[in-house]
Amino acid sequence: MKIKSSVGDKIFNIFNVTLMLIICFLTLYPIWYIIVYSFNEGKDAMLGGIYFWPRKFTLDNYKTVFSNSDITTAFMVTVARTVITTTLHVFFTAMVAYAFLRKELMGRKIYMAMGTITLFFGGGLIPYFLLIKSLGLYNTFWVYVIPGMFNFYNLIIFQAFFRELPIELEESAKIDGANDFIIFTRIILPLSTPVLATIALFVGVYNWNDYFMGVIFINNPKLQPIQTFLYKVIAQTTSNQMLAYAPGGIATRNVTSQSLKMATMVITTLPIVCVYPFLQKYFVKGLLIGAIKG
Amino acid sequence: MESAISANKQRSRQSGFRRFLHKLNEQKYLQAMAIPGVIWMIIFNYIPMYGIIIAFKEYDITLGFNKSPWVGLANFREFFADERFWLIIKNTVGISFFKLLVGFPLPILFAVLLNELVSVRFKRTVQTISYLPHFISWVVLGGILMNWLSETGLINIILTKIGILKQPIAFLAEPKYFWGITVVSEVWKELGWNAIIYLAAIAGIDPELYEAATVDGAGRFTKMFKITIPCISGTIAIMFILAVSGLMNSNFDQIFVLRNPLNADASDVIDIYVYRMGIEAFRFSYATAIGLFKSIIALILLLTANGVTKKLTDKSLF
Repeated sequence: MKIKSSVGDKIFNIFNVTLMLIICFLTLYPIWYIIVYSFNEGKDAMLGGIYFWPRKFTLDNYKTVFSNSDITTAFMVTVARTVITTTLHVFFTAMVAYAFLRKELMGRKIYMAMGTITLFFGGGLIPYFLLIKSLGLYNTFWVYVIPGMFNFYNLIIFQAFFRELPIELEESAKIDGANDFIIFTRIILPLSTPVLATIALFVGVYNWNDYFMGVIFINNPKLQPIQTFLYKVIAQTTSNQMLAYAPGGIATRNVTSQSLKMATMVITTLPIVCVYPFLQKYFVKGLLIGAIKG
Repeated sequence: MESAISANKQRSRQSGFRRFLHKLNEQKYLQAMAIPGVIWMIIFNYIPMYGIIIAFKEYDITLGFNKSPWVGLANFREFFADERFWLIIKNTVGISFFKLLVGFPLPILFAVLLNELVSVRFKRTVQTISYLPHFISWVVLGGILMNWLSETGLINIILTKIGILKQPIAFLAEPKYFWGITVVSEVWKELGWNAIIYLAAIAGIDPELYEAATVDGAGRFTKMFKITIPCISGTIAIMFILAVSGLMNSNFDQIFVLRNPLNADASDVIDIYVYRMGIEAFRFSYATAIGLFKSIIALILLLTANGVTKKLTDKSLF
């Protein structure tokens, strides 16, 4: 049922579409700007006036960045951290979520109550810091993995999904002699790809983007994630140490600390920007489950 | 007689214990899946909670949580007497308040307007673009901001060119601009993401309501204000409770990147101060006390917001 649109409607439509276009531009432009800057010669970029397109196109910034062993190591640390922690988190949290959901589980109420309290109250930064130190996780790769394996909020999201699965499947598997762990891995997990993808995206993005753990728990440069590296480069306004790594010639010619920062930012952001549109349909659903049940 | 009763009791207790063992054996796989989660929570959630006791102690790293000497409320008293106390409270609440004031209604407005777009394809594209900044780290965004807000940066170039500024300003070096920068950059980053939930709520509205209103001659704005917004008021209420209870959190990641010694008077919020006192100055007990103070206020805020919203709208978190 469609009613002929009035003049007011037309004006509103034009206004609305224009507003949305402006929002899109404002959203994309800062990202576009760093890309353009990163492909421009550094010294030339410092003169200003680069807005939409590189003026003197070059790959030197990227060549310099990739020839810096600190950056490539940090990048690899981030990849390893993200892949390992995300995989373990999804498997472990889903497993606990499934076990906590089963009605016959003894201690179920206590377990759930313990978790619910953690949603509203925590120890804070300092006791956590002291704990990590006394566990011997300080300055090890495992500080990214073990404390990141579980999250009660994500457990609630998993449970909201598992609750909708047909219970008959579990029962028939049980009659066939499967134990609970086999039911979980062979029946529950394969049916749960949407929620697994959602949590994997959330946890993956968190691990990819986190710089703070690298700031407080790591002082070995070989173990710092790329975001921490970038943080240090940006916070210490002089990033000349990056330039020191540049292979002879390039640095003096046209690479600046600013253009190197831009190239590092692009490299840091690119993987996530490539992944998220494909997972969009999942995370919208997942966010809603979380918002409604949480 | 009595001994018979107690023997009986003992027997039933024994059989109760046996039943327990039997049940445990029956669900050994299930418990083996659950208990690692419980152990994880005890270690990473409950030991830090227990560690809060150092707020009432003078923590000595060689003595540990338990053996360090008690000092009562001395750490709290010191914080309340700290010359930066009021400044920190002002910054924490001030930044959050403006984020709430601007950042809370805008996603709702954005969702409502997005819903009014006629072309489904355009709507989807706008949506996808609007989520993008959520996935960019604060370090990268901080890097962009530092570049743009510097004296030679893009913002200064534009503002001087169109004549708003005569002299370029180093925005991040001046406390008076800091709150504005945090509010605007957060809105930029989270506008689309925060709108997801409202968009879903709008999608759940019964289309018959709109059709009936159209038949009754309602225009577009009437429908927006009389149907769309009332129908999502429940979601708005829940999101409001969550936003208010987060008033003591001013987004650590963001402020940590953007702060510098020059803007400290506007960027020292509770979380940053805890970091500065605890991790930088090694004053573990003092920093823990400040953190505990924050947690208690946050809990009170959550309960209050929940209670008030429940009274007003019948919607609540618990």
